[in-house]
Amino acid sequence: MMQRTAESGQQLREAARKLLKDKKVGLVVGYAKGTTPRRAKPAVVKDEKDADRLIFDETCGISLLPHLRKALRAAAAGTKAGIVAKGCDGRALVQYIVEGQLKRDDVVIIGVSCAGVVSPRHAGEKDAQELDEACRRCRYSVAPVYDVLVDGPARTDTGGHGPGTAEEYAAVEEFEKRPAAERWAWFERELAKCIRCYACRNACPMCYCDECFVDQTNPLWLGKSAERPDTTIFHIVRALHTAGRCVDCGACERACPLGVRLSLLNQRIAKEVKERFGYTVGLNLDAKPALATYDEDDRQEFIL
Amino acid sequence: MNEWEPKIIAFLCNWCSYAGADLAGVSRIQYPPNVRVVRVPCSGRVNPVFVLKSLENGFDGVLVSGCHPGDCHYISGNYVARRKFAVLKAALEFMGVEPGRVHFSWVSAGEGEKFAQVVGRVTEEVKKLGPATRLVKGADAGRRVQVR
Repeated sequence: MMQRTAESGQQLREAARKLLKDKKVGLVVGYAKGTTPRRAKPAVVKDEKDADRLIFDETCGISLLPHLRKALRAAAAGTKAGIVAKGCDGRALVQYIVEGQLKRDDVVIIGVSCAGVVSPRHAGEKDAQELDEACRRCRYSVAPVYDVLVDGPARTDTGGHGPGTAEEYAAVEEFEKRPAAERWAWFERELAKCIRCYACRNACPMCYCDECFVDQTNPLWLGKSAERPDTTIFHIVRALHTAGRCVDCGACERACPLGVRLSLLNQRIAKEVKERFGYTVGLNLDAKPALATYDEDDRQEFIL
Repeated sequence: MNEWEPKIIAFLCNWCSYAGADLAGVSRIQYPPNVRVVRVPCSGRVNPVFVLKSLENGFDGVLVSGCHPGDCHYISGNYVARRKFAVLKAALEFMGVEPGRVHFSWVSAGEGEKFAQVVGRVTEEVKKLGPATRLVKGADAGRRVQVR
C-alpha cells in the first residue's frame, strides 16, 4: 500500500491555510490525528494558524460529510466551508448537490488523491497496512468534482482507477451462486451480531435525515428490540433508503463495533441500480437520483 | 386444524386494482379467500416497510398492485413505485427470501378477471412455499445464534 508522504500533508495544510487566509471559506472540515492509532478524527478548522492540525493519510477512514453538515449548521448563515475529500467523499458531495442538500457554491472541495484507508479494527489480526475491504474494490481515488487538488496530478482520472484492484461486484457475484437457504443463513448469522447502536447510520454520509424512521414512535415503523427480525428489517430498509445513493465508501462497516458485514446488501442494490437504471452514484452534478425519477420503459419483467 | 391456508396481504391502489377487485366481486368471479385487502391511494404509497412488516407480523405472502403504466391517477406514482419494487425484490431475493413471497402486479379497474387470476397465482405460489419463516417475528424464539 502506498504510504502518504509528509509532503502531501504539507500541500493540504497550505491549501487550507490559503483558503482561510483569503477568506474564501469560513471553515475547513478535515482530519486530525486521532486518539487511537488507526482512526483519524474529524477537525473543523476556522483559523489559518489552526490548519497545522490537518492531516491526510491511511487512517482517514471516517466520512466527513456528517461533520460538514454539523459545522455548516453551527456557522453563521452564508458561511462557506472547505472540505477535504477522498474519491468516495467527493462522490457523496456530488450526490448531496444532486439531492439539493448542498449548493455547489457553498463548498470548496479540497480533493486529495486517496490510496485507500485501513480498517480501524482487527489491529492484531490483520496486517496493519492492509487496505479496508471497501477500498479494495474502489474505482475512485479522486473526487469527480473538486476546486483544489493536492497530492499531485498523477491520479486526476476518476474512472476505473481507484486504489482497489478487486472486481467491483466480485463478492456479490460469488455470494449469489450460493443456494437461497445458505444466503439467508449467512445474513441471519451476520445480522444477529447487530446491537442496534446505529453507528452505521451515524457514520453514513447518506443517512442525513433529521429524524430516522427507526427513531419515530408515531407511527412506530419498527420495533426497538435487537430481536433478529427487527434488526434485519432495519438493515434492509437502511439499504433501501440508500439505494441509488450509497457511494460504497465503507464508513458504515468501519464504524460498526461488531464488524457486521453491512456493505454486501448495499453493493447488490448498487449493482441493480447500475444495471437496471444505468445510474452510478455521485459522478454527475446534473444527474437525477435514480429512485426519485423513472423511465417509462423501465424493465418490468417481475410484475404480474 | 385442517389443511394449512396461507394468509396473504394485498395492497391495492384506490383507482385501479381496488376497483378491479371490486369488479371481480360484483361479477361473482371466484378467487381464493386468502387475501386480506388494504386499500392505498396509489401503488406509490406503498412503503417497502409495509411489505417487510407484513412478513414480520405473520403474513405468508404479500401482493402489491397498482394501475398499469400510463394509467396512474397521479401520473407517475406507479412508475416511481416500479423502480422501488425492482430494488426491493432484488434485495430480498439476494438475502435468500423466497421469490414467491412478494408479488407485484398491474390490474386496471376493468380487469376483474385478471385480479382473480393474479390472486389465484399468488395464493398457489405461497401455498407451495408453505408458512413463512424468514423475517417472521417469533419464528426463532428460543434459538440463539452464536456471535463470533
